[in-house]
Amino acid sequence: MDFLKIFGREDISSKDIAKERLRLILVHDRANVSPKFLEMIKSQLINIISDYMEIEEDGMEIKLTRMKKDEDTTVPALVANIPIRRMKHLAKI
Amino acid sequence: MSQVLVITSGKGGVGKTTTTANIGTGLALYKQRKVVMVDADIGLRNLDVVMGLENRIVYDLVDVTHGLCRLKQALIKDKRFENLYLLPAAQTKDKTAVTPEQMEKLCDELRKDFDYVLIDCPAGIEQGFKNAIAGADKAIIVTTPEVSAVRDADRIVGLLEASGFEEPKLLINRIRPDMVKRGDMMSIEDMIDILAIELLGVVPEDEKIVVSTNRGEPAVADETSRAGQAYRNITRRIEGEEVPLMTLQEVEPTFMDKLRMLFGIKTRTAKGEGAKWTF
Ligand SMILES: Nc1ncnc2c1ncn2[C@@H]1O[C@H](COP(=O)(O)OP(=O)(O)O)[C@@H](O)[C@H]1O
Ligand SMILES: [Mg+2]
Repeated sequence: MDFLKIFGREDISSKDIAKERLRLILVHDRANVSPKFLEMIKSQLINIISDYMEIEEDGMEIKLTRMKKDEDTTVPALVANIPIRRMKHLAKI
Repeated sequence: MSQVLVITSGKGGVGKTTTTANIGTGLALYKQRKVVMVDADIGLRNLDVVMGLENRIVYDLVDVTHGLCRLKQALIKDKRFENLYLLPAAQTKDKTAVTPEQMEKLCDELRKDFDYVLIDCPAGIEQGFKNAIAGADKAIIVTTPEVSAVRDADRIVGLLEASGFEEPKLLINRIRPDMVKRGDMMSIEDMIDILAIELLGVVPEDEKIVVSTNRGEPAVADETSRAGQAYRNITRRIEGEEVPLMTLQEVEPTFMDKLRMLFGIKTRTAKGEGAKWTF
């Protein structure tokens, strides 16, 4: 979680932390995305990708964040980090 | 043309009842409007106490919707303020005692006799909320500068839009200029930016709210209360007047102020933070 990095840092005001947390919460609320729903997407992704590569399931991370679309609009973005252990033969075909 | 306004928030304890009492009193006292405040928080009646009218209740909202009394019998006339009335909530029933259809009918009935019908909404997003918004034309969303309160406000914005409300207005309550200044409280701009709705007004944290609630006299009638001033401005905005939203500048004491201080004469500057805020 990005905002965890900034906890503990004295030079960031608590209101900026509040603002960032609020933004992330609202991204989930507004898109109506629950942790359970994300878990579902994650397991389906694993299923699909596993046909082509062996992945590190424990290190896999999937989350909803915000992404800048242009100067003053941001859109929700689904970001997945999927560590690969090795490629499967099939993938070369 | 009469208006039915619902005062809502999602989260409890952010100031809906305080706001209903102050806007209602403000419109009656300063704008000579005929106003009825409806306590829709069935089971947790509160508005009567904040208004100091708790000893005058005979019938309540549920009695009216169930046809146990006539509407006029349940309305309590505030003797201090001409044109101000209260329709109290039932204390012994729960929120399911009333349906949205009954509330709609009630509001249309009240609309005939009053310029403003103000509905004090209960916390939450269930039946009580649905009842409270059923007969309303416009909504005022109250929040405080906290993550949980703003989150709930955002949820309410979504639900109101889904129910066909156009442009709900935001009221930010309990702001503390000193904390905003040191970066320990979200600012007005922060919240407007995140919620993306129009601001109706900002009410500062003010001990006088507690004092006025103790007495059962709304702070809007207290010329010395800063929260009261904020509610007077909000009252005027509801009436369509252009009242500048806020000036958040700090005012250095002038030479004359310093002189006055030297001689122990009270200055006009706000006490405490050495900053002058208008709301
Ligand atoms: N601007 C304010 N300054 C100080 N206290 C406030 C202010 N607004 C509300 N309060 C206090 O907060 C509490 C909750 O307010 P209330 O209006 O009952 O909230 P709600 O109806 O949303 O549950 C009350 O004790 C009230 O006196
Ligand atoms: Mg209340």
